[in-house]
Amino acid sequence: MAVIDVPRKRGTSHGIFRRRPFFTLACLVVLFFIACAAFASWIAPYDPLAQSIDAMMQPPGGDHLLGTDSYGQDILSRIIHGARYALLIGLGSVLLGATGGLILGVAAGLSKGWVEWVLVRIIDAILALPSLILAVAFIALLGQGVDKVTLAVGLSMIGPFSRTVRSDVLQVKSQLFVEAAGLMAIPRLHIIRRHILPNIIFPLCVQVTVRVSEAVLVSASLSFLGIGVTPPTPDWGLMISEGRGFVSFAPWMSGMPGLALAALLIALAIMGDGIREEYDPKLRQGR
Amino acid sequence: MNDILLDVRDLTLDRGEKRILDRVSLTLAKGETLALVGESGAGKSTIAIALMGLLGRSATTSGTARFDDQPDLLSLSERGWAALRGRKLAMVFQDAGAALNPSFTVGRQLASVLRRQLGLSKFEARSRAVALMESVGINDAEGRMTAYPHQLSGGMQQRVMVAIALACNPDLLFADEPTSALDVTIQAQIIRLILEQTRARGASCIFVLHDLALASQSCDRIVVLYAGQVMEAGPTEVVLRDPRHPYTRLLQSCVIEIGTEDLTPPEGSVPPYDQMPAGCRFSTRCPRADARCAAERPPLQPVAGRDLACWHPEDAA
Amino acid sequence: MLAHIGQKVAQTFAVLLIVSFASFALLKLAPGDPVVLMLGSEFSQETYDDMRAQLGLDQPFLAQYVQWLGDFVTGHWGTSYVGRADIYTYVVHEALPVTLTLTAASIFLALLIGVPLGVISAVRKDGVLDTVVAAGALTLTAFPSFFLGILLIWFLAVRFGLFPVMGFVPPWQDFAAGMWHLALPALTLSTFFIGMIVRVTRAAMIEVMEQPYIASARARGEPQWRVVWVHGMRNIMMPLVTTVGLQLGGILQGAVLTETVFSLPGLGQMLTNAVLGREYVLVQAGVMLTALMFIFVNLLVDLSYPFLDPRLRTR
Repeated sequence: MAVIDVPRKRGTSHGIFRRRPFFTLACLVVLFFIACAAFASWIAPYDPLAQSIDAMMQPPGGDHLLGTDSYGQDILSRIIHGARYALLIGLGSVLLGATGGLILGVAAGLSKGWVEWVLVRIIDAILALPSLILAVAFIALLGQGVDKVTLAVGLSMIGPFSRTVRSDVLQVKSQLFVEAAGLMAIPRLHIIRRHILPNIIFPLCVQVTVRVSEAVLVSASLSFLGIGVTPPTPDWGLMISEGRGFVSFAPWMSGMPGLALAALLIALAIMGDGIREEYDPKLRQGR
Repeated sequence: MNDILLDVRDLTLDRGEKRILDRVSLTLAKGETLALVGESGAGKSTIAIALMGLLGRSATTSGTARFDDQPDLLSLSERGWAALRGRKLAMVFQDAGAALNPSFTVGRQLASVLRRQLGLSKFEARSRAVALMESVGINDAEGRMTAYPHQLSGGMQQRVMVAIALACNPDLLFADEPTSALDVTIQAQIIRLILEQTRARGASCIFVLHDLALASQSCDRIVVLYAGQVMEAGPTEVVLRDPRHPYTRLLQSCVIEIGTEDLTPPEGSVPPYDQMPAGCRFSTRCPRADARCAAERPPLQPVAGRDLACWHPEDAA
Repeated sequence: MLAHIGQKVAQTFAVLLIVSFASFALLKLAPGDPVVLMLGSEFSQETYDDMRAQLGLDQPFLAQYVQWLGDFVTGHWGTSYVGRADIYTYVVHEALPVTLTLTAASIFLALLIGVPLGVISAVRKDGVLDTVVAAGALTLTAFPSFFLGILLIWFLAVRFGLFPVMGFVPPWQDFAAGMWHLALPALTLSTFFIGMIVRVTRAAMIEVMEQPYIASARARGEPQWRVVWVHGMRNIMMPLVTTVGLQLGGILQGAVLTETVFSLPGLGQMLTNAVLGREYVLVQAGVMLTALMFIFVNLLVDLSYPFLDPRLRTR
């Protein structure tokens, strides 16, 4: 039942902003960060990598609105450029994870017998490791850098995606129309394309928006641990980590990028929550 | 009359825009058995739930309900309710399987009532619980004490429910469709059990039923409800032998014609609760209704040995 | 019942096998030649071949895996290239207890704070408190824990000097000092989990409070506190325990970050240093241990269901 009735798209999509003020606010915050990322070079007052011995660790205010770090780099400019990395890595890795999860999930959902059993155990095995630990393991193999972090985080998110995709596929499969199509000996690829994919792509998109925040958090965590993006890239996690040693006399060094990260994550969480409550058929039926 | 135990006057209950109960009045003497009958959704169970103080916060009530020496049940505080529930007022629920806590043994649930309400010691409560279980016809009561609700049959569950409800000898027992979840063969047993046990204790009982036959067999008096309004009320044999309200007639005829236990008249349906007529709510389906019926509520007046709310009552049969 | 346990154990074994195989593959895929790493810069082809045979690297892949698995199970995890003598001793006797202490303390703290908050907001559904708690829970769940840890250090440790900035004292050696050192890290790590517990408790409690047996308990004259904390509480144990099991991964992942923030010598720190120092054996050990803990705890959770819900016993 939940699969066939495609969630209401029009009609409510205008109302959702009026009904959920916090959701609307969260969307605006996310949009703001996206704008920062897109127009970073125009908005940022300074070059994010320009170091200055004259302007080291200046407190917020004056020439540098959010202060400077221990290299004299302007924190505001670094945060604005950092939004670019946070969102790019977050979105890139989520899409990677969703694609991998889609393939593994559909395979596990459609296979039968021992193949299915093994595939499900593989998904369980991936899920036995939290995404950060998995990402750390991949980083150990791949090395550091923006592209490596995106790849590592993306690979680490395949597990959760494949689990939800598989359960969606199973639900569609139990639907009569697929069983009927199977009986009529229609090629398998055709079934996947015509019947399975259209019904699981929408819930997958909901999942993607819900999980962007997780990807942003994990990539920032990697950089914070010092094994993600390499300096002097203006990455928030890296900036928080660099400021850690100066917390007692220059708290803005960690504080400002930390607040930016927290604001983005909370906004993404509220947004994801709203979208899930609005569009997730499972949730709307009361589980 | 001095032996009136419960006197409900103009009980009205609103849930948002919907008026679920509309000025319901009924009285109950000590030791008397009363049946509330009507289609499902007529508000029968709601009356019981309101009089047990179990309504959620979404409902607002008006009217009064005098009970024994309590001037008004409906204005009691939660603390006032706690003193009455279980001790003076008790309730047997519709589906005992769902109304017994699945996580505790039945013995523990029964003994805990005895310990809390009567202040018995653990040991006393246990032996008393076993005796109670035996008195409601549970074989091997000793062994069944440690059973979880799901390990008992539906009939057994309902017997436990009755034992719990009557544990502290309440003055008034509500039995909310106590047999609707049970096999037909067991239904009569449970009804008989409740009647026996309440009579033995001199307690009054209000049955919520959707089965006219059951009501006629077991209850002294009957109240016929339609969409939250009392249509006809009186001694069971008077009302059922010679119904004067068109709705009571309709109910009776559909039992005879179709022979089902469920009271759902064939034609017409109850309008939504927020689109009810101002007058008699049955007027939208009543063959005898005119403009006055829809506009003006007929008062509940004594007619031929019963109370009747109708502008155009049927003639004597 | 027994069949269910058997099936569950078989599945667990399969998952363990896959995880171990992947961990082994990680070591094999790792860049760099272990033989070269062992021998240093100058060696002859002969010494190289000898060392290769000694390490068993001339064996077929599967044979190497079986050999490695046997060594792993018996606690022969090899020696670290840099400094530390025996990896098993270091990881299991030094790093693991730190992480376990931190994790256990955080779970305890989260349940202690989260369950009452969740229950209260369920009972006062849609009230002011409920709205505040719901918003707070969402914020806590989303807030980056490592940044929160830095904020706590800045305020409570540096500004007001209430807690130590870093370090670990084993509570089993000095309980008071151990707890004092553990307070901030445990609080940091538990925040996201508090948010999670609040939301799960609230949702489960709301569902339970609508059940007929709650109305029935009220009808028996049970006072409100007993209705909620005895009749209600007993029936939300299953979702609660399930959440603890499923979120253990999240807690362990948070522990890695928290340990780094507070310089606790646990698995997280070991893992980070291992990546930076390219000590793949340590990375592998960290991965295996994390997965083992998660799988073991979730097996326990699964096996605990019949104890939590009597209805599952006789089936």
